Amino acid sequence: MDASAGGISRPFLLLAGIGKQFGGTIALEGIDWSVEAGEVHCLVGENGSGKSTLIKIISGVHAPDRGGSIIIDGSSHSSLTPAIAKSLGVQVIFQDLSLFPNLSVLENIAIDRELRSSLLPPPRQAMRDAAAAALARLDARLPLDAKVGSLPVAQRQIVAICRGLASNARILFMDEPTASLTRREVELLLETVRRLKTLGVAVVFVSHRLEEIVEIAERVTVLRDGRKVGTFAASEIDDHRLAELMTGESIVHEIMARPLGDVRPALEVRGASRAGEFEDVSFALRHGEILGLIGLLGAGRTELALALFGMSPLERGEILLDGTPLNLRSNQDAARAGVAYVSEDRLSLGLNLKQSIADNVAITVLDRLANAIGLVAPSRRKDLAGDWIARLGIRAPNADAAVQTLSGGNQQRVVLAKWLATNPKVLILDSPTVGVDVRNKQGIYELVRRLADQGVAILLISDEVPEVYYNSDRILHMREGRIVGEFLPRAGDQRRLSDALHA
Amino acid sequence: MPNLFRAVFGRTEFALLAAILVTAIVFSLASPYFLTVSNFMNLIEAYSVTTILAAGVFVVLVSGGIDVSFTATAAATQYVAAYLVAQLNYPAVPALALATILGAALGCINALLTYYLRVVSIIVTIATSSLYYALLIYLTNAEEIYNLPDWWSGRITFLRFATASGAVKITLPIVVMGVVVLLTQYLMAWTRIGRQIYALGGNPEAANRVGVGVLRVQLLAYGYLGLLAAVAGFVQAGRVHQAVPTAMAGQELNVLAVAILGGASLVGGVGSVSGVVLAVLFLAILQNGLNLVGVSSYFFGVVIGLAILISVSMTAYAESRGRKPFVARPA
Repeated sequence: MDASAGGISRPFLLLAGIGKQFGGTIALEGIDWSVEAGEVHCLVGENGSGKSTLIKIISGVHAPDRGGSIIIDGSSHSSLTPAIAKSLGVQVIFQDLSLFPNLSVLENIAIDRELRSSLLPPPRQAMRDAAAAALARLDARLPLDAKVGSLPVAQRQIVAICRGLASNARILFMDEPTASLTRREVELLLETVRRLKTLGVAVVFVSHRLEEIVEIAERVTVLRDGRKVGTFAASEIDDHRLAELMTGESIVHEIMARPLGDVRPALEVRGASRAGEFEDVSFALRHGEILGLIGLLGAGRTELALALFGMSPLERGEILLDGTPLNLRSNQDAARAGVAYVSEDRLSLGLNLKQSIADNVAITVLDRLANAIGLVAPSRRKDLAGDWIARLGIRAPNADAAVQTLSGGNQQRVVLAKWLATNPKVLILDSPTVGVDVRNKQGIYELVRRLADQGVAILLISDEVPEVYYNSDRILHMREGRIVGEFLPRAGDQRRLSDALHA
Repeated sequence: MPNLFRAVFGRTEFALLAAILVTAIVFSLASPYFLTVSNFMNLIEAYSVTTILAAGVFVVLVSGGIDVSFTATAAATQYVAAYLVAQLNYPAVPALALATILGAALGCINALLTYYLRVVSIIVTIATSSLYYALLIYLTNAEEIYNLPDWWSGRITFLRFATASGAVKITLPIVVMGVVVLLTQYLMAWTRIGRQIYALGGNPEAANRVGVGVLRVQLLAYGYLGLLAAVAGFVQAGRVHQAVPTAMAGQELNVLAVAILGGASLVGGVGSVSGVVLAVLFLAILQNGLNLVGVSSYFFGVVIGLAILISVSMTAYAESRGRKPFVARPA
């Protein structure tokens, strides 16, 4: 099954029979894997498939179980330490980039040189030279004395890559590198990766989905449940095939759009504007309809959603709910009127991670649960949560489990439950499947579909074409704060939507 | 806003400098006695203990922690040194050395507890603060030591010169304060460990990942504050000619206020020694001016509170503006 690129050169990294158990759980089992020098390789798998454990073994954070071997650049080891891994040229760039926002670009890149001989002054000139050399190798230009916190994300990524280069990286692991980038920033990253390739540095992208990265990758390795499914030539893999490989199930994408006929609108927006955010936005969302709203990061989609949810007032235009003008002064007004909003950033805005499922679900409906003197009986709260756990299929030991102990997909269901408990007429879902793996994504889509069938009007905001394409009845395209196009999944093809989005 | 304008006025140091200039001009017009060299030096001396402590707290704040136990440390070390010289007739050097080591050790205890218990440092140091104070008062029966030797309680003047407004004296507290400020500046800006302290405060997780020895850096930061607390304790006892177990209780917040006014952030990674010095200067000048125009000294507390509120609000406002995304930009 292995589509080896090889026989040409000796692999830079070669794993044989690598396994890892934590307590009784098998995290990895029998992994054989190789990465060539200067290769671009994708390592994909769902959450919990063993990707991070594998990286931690290669970077020396975890020791693998006995019996396996790690060969890096010809030298064989049964296990590594972080220092040894580093000296062999293994560098990991974590999703959060691990940079110091309060320090300069220069210090971030050359921080290694400040770590020993504590009481001496930092070797400023040597650091400057090392940082400049790393930037020159990437053909990148950054102000060395600027604070990293003042740079946009894409440039911070370059700083992180330069830090790897300054520490003599020979193989660079990048964890979910494109998650927070716009298309143009991704182009910049791809350019940088091509550059790394010519320098003979291997780059391994670690992700739970296939991204734009696959365009320049040579091979893709898929992990599932701690085992390697296989390594494939990137050219023989597409999103659909990858989803099957990652889940081990055949997932059929079909267009879910239904004809709605002549249903009255639940939500109407007329000429809505907020300076610098969105301009003259008008549309109608019907009862039972799933309306996709697609646009790149910065197109104004989240800002529009926040205005519909009463978080920021309209400067011009109006919002009508069931034909009655809404005057939203706060999100409480919106919730009372029947508008619910599931935020993009569920972890910081949508949930209190340390509290239980019951506490999180009940928060929106405390008024309704309270008795005559305003107290909420614990049993009523638990009954409510138990009800939603069953209805949404949330996988949790019980309603008292802290939300932070749940997986991404189940956390997302808790957010949904919290808003569904208010019996909303309009449900705004902002990027509902970010950070959720393939299997759970499908579950969330089915859930959304069921809600629509019950008559809830749903605004599905996303920047992923397949998400809106397969799951919406109708799609609005937003760009630079304006609605610039409308697509019907049954009529237009996916390609056309994708081209319009990235044009 | 043009970049230069922001670069210059966005920084705490320049805001403080501007505030100092404005205050000085206003009071110069209001009173002819304002800010003569001699009364300025007196004020600086009065602020020496606060400045020494603020320099230490600043280091801990930059590392991403906070410590409120340093006045307890200062009181304990001051008392131990006084006891050694006054009751047990120790010579100066071993007595001060032992007490200084004790100060650093008490600071290190805070670091160890914070590191191993993984409890936020404010909770740990509130606890150790009560513990150190209670032990001190229990063991000493809260008895003061008055009979400090002359080398300690005498006023040592290094330099004296006459000016039109009276004699200007550069005394020991001022010299000690100067040395502490320079030492702290050296540590934080010009050594690798200083840069590691900034790195740790800026992103603790990343610091750990790149190989900064987190415990080592924390021991240094809290130990340094403990050491400076001992020094501040000696200076304070010398100025009031006695060692009193509760002499500095309640000063924690004033000292923290100076560090924060000087630009140190409670979330760590930010601040400079020059900011701390400017904050001291600003408060000294303000206090002097208010005295001269006849404002009650009780009112000064109100002024400090307002100054901190304004400075914190300005920082928060600047950050929220910086974060606000401008959305409808061309993609």
